[in-house]
Amino acid sequence: MGNELGKYTNCVSARSTDKEILKKAQDGGIVTQLFAFALDAGIIDGAIVAGPGDEPWRPRPIVATTREELLAARGTRYNISPNVSLIKEATRSYGLDKVGIVGTPCQMQAIRKGQLYPVGLRDVPDKIALAIGIFCMENFPYQSIVQLVEDHAGQKLESVKKMEIGKGKFWVYTERGAVVQLPLKVTHKYEQPGCHVCLDYVANLADVSTGSVGSPDGWSTVFVRSKSGEDVWSKAIAAGCFETKPIDQVKPGLELVTKLANEKISKNQKTVEERMKFGVGKGLRNPYIKP
Amino acid sequence: MKQQIPAATPQKPVEQPKEEVKSKEAKPVAEKITAGHIHLSGCTGCEVAIADNYAGLLTLLDRYVDWVYDLTLADVRHVPKMDVAMVEGSVCIQDKLSVEEIKETREKAKIVVALGGCACYGNITRFARGGQTNQPQHESFLPIGDIIKVDVYIPGCAPTPQMIRNVCVMAYLLLKGNPDQQALAKKYLTPLMQLAERGTEACGCDLMIEVVNQGLCMGCGSCAAACPVRAITHEYGKPNVNREMCIKCGACYAQCPRSFFNFDVINEYQGILDAITGALQ
Repeated sequence: MGNELGKYTNCVSARSTDKEILKKAQDGGIVTQLFAFALDAGIIDGAIVAGPGDEPWRPRPIVATTREELLAARGTRYNISPNVSLIKEATRSYGLDKVGIVGTPCQMQAIRKGQLYPVGLRDVPDKIALAIGIFCMENFPYQSIVQLVEDHAGQKLESVKKMEIGKGKFWVYTERGAVVQLPLKVTHKYEQPGCHVCLDYVANLADVSTGSVGSPDGWSTVFVRSKSGEDVWSKAIAAGCFETKPIDQVKPGLELVTKLANEKISKNQKTVEERMKFGVGKGLRNPYIKP
Repeated sequence: MKQQIPAATPQKPVEQPKEEVKSKEAKPVAEKITAGHIHLSGCTGCEVAIADNYAGLLTLLDRYVDWVYDLTLADVRHVPKMDVAMVEGSVCIQDKLSVEEIKETREKAKIVVALGGCACYGNITRFARGGQTNQPQHESFLPIGDIIKVDVYIPGCAPTPQMIRNVCVMAYLLLKGNPDQQALAKKYLTPLMQLAERGTEACGCDLMIEVVNQGLCMGCGSCAAACPVRAITHEYGKPNVNREMCIKCGACYAQCPRSFFNFDVINEYQGILDAITGALQ
């Protein structure tokens, strides 16, 4: 394919140098650290992140304007957080002129579409200062997470310390030390259907994108993509926010990222095509062709 | 027939104190396009949105567009020929003048843009049912696409200044640009033309019918952000539309990355945004 990783100017394996951030980070604490730095340096006035919600492991989008709020949003919760829903609110009720936002590849697509076609996003396009994308194979509705953790894995959601997808498994770690692994074959049917037409794995349209895949445990792979991405990343490195290793010197490295990206995109491309002949002489809608 | 008046013999000009005239058109731009604003049954919010480009609007008018018709801004009484007509408001079919004017617009303009929710989809005028001042018999309001063929849609209530700006720049490139620029403008405008072809009905329920029902929603939140009346919330990651509040402006569906997503344009977002802001500096 060749362009499955999108445009980027720099790719490294990295982790935060901040012990507090790493304590509850999913991997290298890249998103929290980069936003915390950007907030400190005045590159952003606040960031839309997946904060704590009403139920255990259910995220709720929040506009974080302090380090404490960013810290409360550390870690991955594998279900939907409609972060883009706050993008106009952040520039209004919160009065931010330079907005940071983290999101999945589809949310980065929504942000860029919103900048080029701001149908309902008055004054937003020029205020996106830092869009951080996270690698994403698929996402789950909240009820799917309930089902997977409480039914399949047999753990109370409240007692779960961390969830992780890696090495071909869905992992659940509890506060008391139990570790349950589910094969991904079990989780597939619980995926959100909208993810199956997505043609982006590593958030090609973000300023900076990051995810665990490609890097050793506790580290994250980071793609620096745009001018503003380069700017904030180089400043953060200069400020000593991150330890980095060249991506070609870590295992499993870019080879695995490329492989997974190709798998996702070709599988979903096939789904898009099959959808078009879903019925008898009738198909499902293809958003990549027309509205 | 005007009588031919022989030119008067030039006399010695009377010395008059020279007025300081800073002519903006001292170096007229030959390659401007002509555009205008046609005001039907709308609240002028769309026109205010045009004006809300502030300095950007002045640059547009200086370099790219001659604004040839506009009830509130230009002293012209009848719709003249123009390249781009931006129509605000729906058509009251009990108002003869409105009906004539929209038909005339179609005849006179190369490109007709439905500017804002009322022109595209009826928007709040969908709820008008007559019996009110000023003219109680005025009760039937149609999106302009029900009367004429419309080329480009800019949905939303109000449409955003940035969206109007982008479409103006692209319309200019389409009509006056080099072949590369024309190709880009065509790609950019295509989904907005497809929205125009799609029809004259919009509602928050489009999110259900065209996105969720079609297995396409991934819960990004764009629709809720775009809604001007906060009728959309997200419950467990999917849009929930309060249809009593929905004004049928079409913003949510057009904003949704799963209504249309043209990779060939959006992948180039950085260059295109730089070009647009650069053009207006």
